[in-house]
Amino acid sequence: MDMLAGKVKLTQQSVNSAMNPTDALARPIRLEARDVTVHYGAKQALFGISIDIPDRAVTSFIGPSGCGKSTFLRCINRMNDTIEGARVGGSIKLDGEDIYDPSLDVVELRARIGMVFQKPNPFPKSIYENVAYGPRIHGLARSKSDLDEIVVSSLRKAGLFEEVKDRLSEPGTGLSGGQQQRLCIARAIAVGPEVILMDEPCSALDPIATAIIEELIDELRENYTIVIVTHSMQQAARVSQKTAFFHLGKLIEEGVTEDIFTNPVHKQTQDYIMGRIG
Amino acid sequence: MATTSASTSPQTAPERTRLIRAGLRRRHRSETIFRGLGMAAIVLALGFVVLLFVDVIRKGVPAFVQSNLHLEVFFDPAVIKVDPAPQTGDFASPAEFQAASLAWQRDVALLNWNRIIEASLRAKLPANTQIDTRELLTIPETNARHQVRELFVANPALLGQTVPVDVLASANAANWIKGNIDRSLGDAQQQMSPAARAVIDAFETSGTVSNGFAWSLFTNADSRAAPAAAGLLGAFIGSLYMMLIVIVLAVPIGVAAAIYLEEFAPKSRLTDFIEVNINNLAAVPSIVFGLLGAAAFINYLHLPISAPLVGGLVLTLMTLPTIIIATRGALLGVSPALRQAALGMGASKTQMVFHHVLPVTLPSILTATILGVAHALGETAPLLLIGMKAFVAQVPVTPLDQATALPVQIYLWQGNENRNFFEPRTAAAIMVLLGVMILLNGTAIFLRSRLEKRV
Ligand SMILES: Nc1ncnc2c1ncn2[C@@H]1O[C@H](COP(=O)(O)OP(=O)(O)O)[C@@H](O)[C@H]1O
Ligand SMILES: [Mg+2]
Repeated sequence: MDMLAGKVKLTQQSVNSAMNPTDALARPIRLEARDVTVHYGAKQALFGISIDIPDRAVTSFIGPSGCGKSTFLRCINRMNDTIEGARVGGSIKLDGEDIYDPSLDVVELRARIGMVFQKPNPFPKSIYENVAYGPRIHGLARSKSDLDEIVVSSLRKAGLFEEVKDRLSEPGTGLSGGQQQRLCIARAIAVGPEVILMDEPCSALDPIATAIIEELIDELRENYTIVIVTHSMQQAARVSQKTAFFHLGKLIEEGVTEDIFTNPVHKQTQDYIMGRIG
Repeated sequence: MATTSASTSPQTAPERTRLIRAGLRRRHRSETIFRGLGMAAIVLALGFVVLLFVDVIRKGVPAFVQSNLHLEVFFDPAVIKVDPAPQTGDFASPAEFQAASLAWQRDVALLNWNRIIEASLRAKLPANTQIDTRELLTIPETNARHQVRELFVANPALLGQTVPVDVLASANAANWIKGNIDRSLGDAQQQMSPAARAVIDAFETSGTVSNGFAWSLFTNADSRAAPAAAGLLGAFIGSLYMMLIVIVLAVPIGVAAAIYLEEFAPKSRLTDFIEVNINNLAAVPSIVFGLLGAAAFINYLHLPISAPLVGGLVLTLMTLPTIIIATRGALLGVSPALRQAALGMGASKTQMVFHHVLPVTLPSILTATILGVAHALGETAPLLLIGMKAFVAQVPVTPLDQATALPVQIYLWQGNENRNFFEPRTAAAIMVLLGVMILLNGTAIFLRSRLEKRV
């Protein structure tokens, strides 16, 4: 087995992904994390994570629960700032720009890096207002018709428009779980982010809703850099081009998804993939 | 699966079923007992509420009826001997007119209006009735002469005319008419002379006196000289001013303080200390707030005594901790998912609070506020300490005028010597207070359900 994690030679062609898997690593790097550590109070949750996230591809984080996947994801849009007692060390660069630079405004950062959460959390407002909220606070729409257009196109991109076009003024919380999650995706898309972070976006959904979201993620990859946390290895295999395996706060192995699943380098990765841990 | 678990446990399957069944009976029994206790507690509580309401209503309903005397008042020029009322046109300046007008009104007030009342009463007496003036004048309430005088002041052209006027029967007369007094009691125990009682009975048969809805209860301020005319309007307006002051001050201050403490204040020793103290303040007996108000607002700031402004400030201080605690509780209850959603969209903390968190907590905050205000409305003790138990015969015009409050009015009437007359009146005042409370609570429930339905 090749011990050079991340640089493993490809042995198999991707079967379910339109992009050639080698492309994932060949693509320009969008996000660059170096030696990222996180402490929650006295407890260290992440130990020196370094990873490159390729542009316009799906990168998935897998690993047993509690291993720090969400924690690392939250570092990328600085959501850890909102957690009391959380301290982040190391550096994360978006297009070469340090996102922890004190001169950088996190409001702007979060407009560039959108987030979709584990449990669908639409605002308790109308479907329209849910999507319009981001453009409104960031001042992206100059007129009402601008805003209407953003809302409609975001809902279209999230594959939700046809289902909700007649009830845009109804509460977003009245949709089904899968629709709510797509609404959250539309809401994130509406501000035109470059990166979309998704933290186990399907864990609260049934298999059909999950399949729809996975398909959507595959489509969105064309235009967005996507990072997805998932506890389902099948999902990681289905939607992502790059996979990173976390264990006990450490990044054990990362590389082309294909390789991680067919040819894992580390024993822990193997054990996890074989269902022996987690 | 059954076999595997059976092999790991020491009992056989039938034995286990028997054990579970035995335990089941015990579990059901304790559930039945617990339910029974719960029901008993609710029945007891409801029973007391019903008892209270029935008692208050039974006592209070008679007070909503007043006895009116229907008189034909003759504005007798032989009694009303004054110069014609001054006219605006006769004077060079408004000030001069004002002075002359006041002098004329004083002259009018000095006339013996009781003679006019007496004459109109005598006109209604059955033939050959013997009753002296003093006895006769115990039948109408003492404010009758003011009422007639004011009619004349308002319209001096009434001189020499006869007009129908309704005046209130006195409290003692009303007691007799409504049967609040045992008619079989001896003369010594009766408040009215035998002759006066006979006249009242005659008035009743002739229709000169009749009972009607007690509007005076709602249109008059308190009165001592004319107890039958004593009303709640003064106290009601006093309470209204105080409630407005509480709403205007306590709600914004309380909600803002809660938002700051819960959402923005850094967690530190100081904020912990403030939090503990707010909780303590909520438990401070209300009378202490009265002492504080007397010291701070009256002695130090020299605000007027007995004023609804001071009462409102004291009640604001008293209500603030309640509103702060309730608001913080509501904010704390907002799901972290909503906060994350907002922050994840790039909303600032302030935007998160005002766009998302506050709207969903509004129903709870509103309910807590209305209940807090209702509580303040019923508060009596602190008001006594800032002089709001003084007898006030005028309806307050501004929050700086002397006034009393509904609960204090209840307290004052409860202590009135004319028990027969004031017991129903006290109960009626309690009914009005409870009515306002129910209205406030109903509004709270209505607004809550309305706001919760809205997205
Ligand atoms: N807000 C928090 N405060 C304290 N500890 C936390 C917090 N969030 C996560 N942790 C801890 O950090 C570790 C990683 O958690 P998390 O990133 O949620 O794991 P994952 O998403 O991989 O399941 C866990 O041990 C968890 O208990
Ligand atoms: Mg997680």
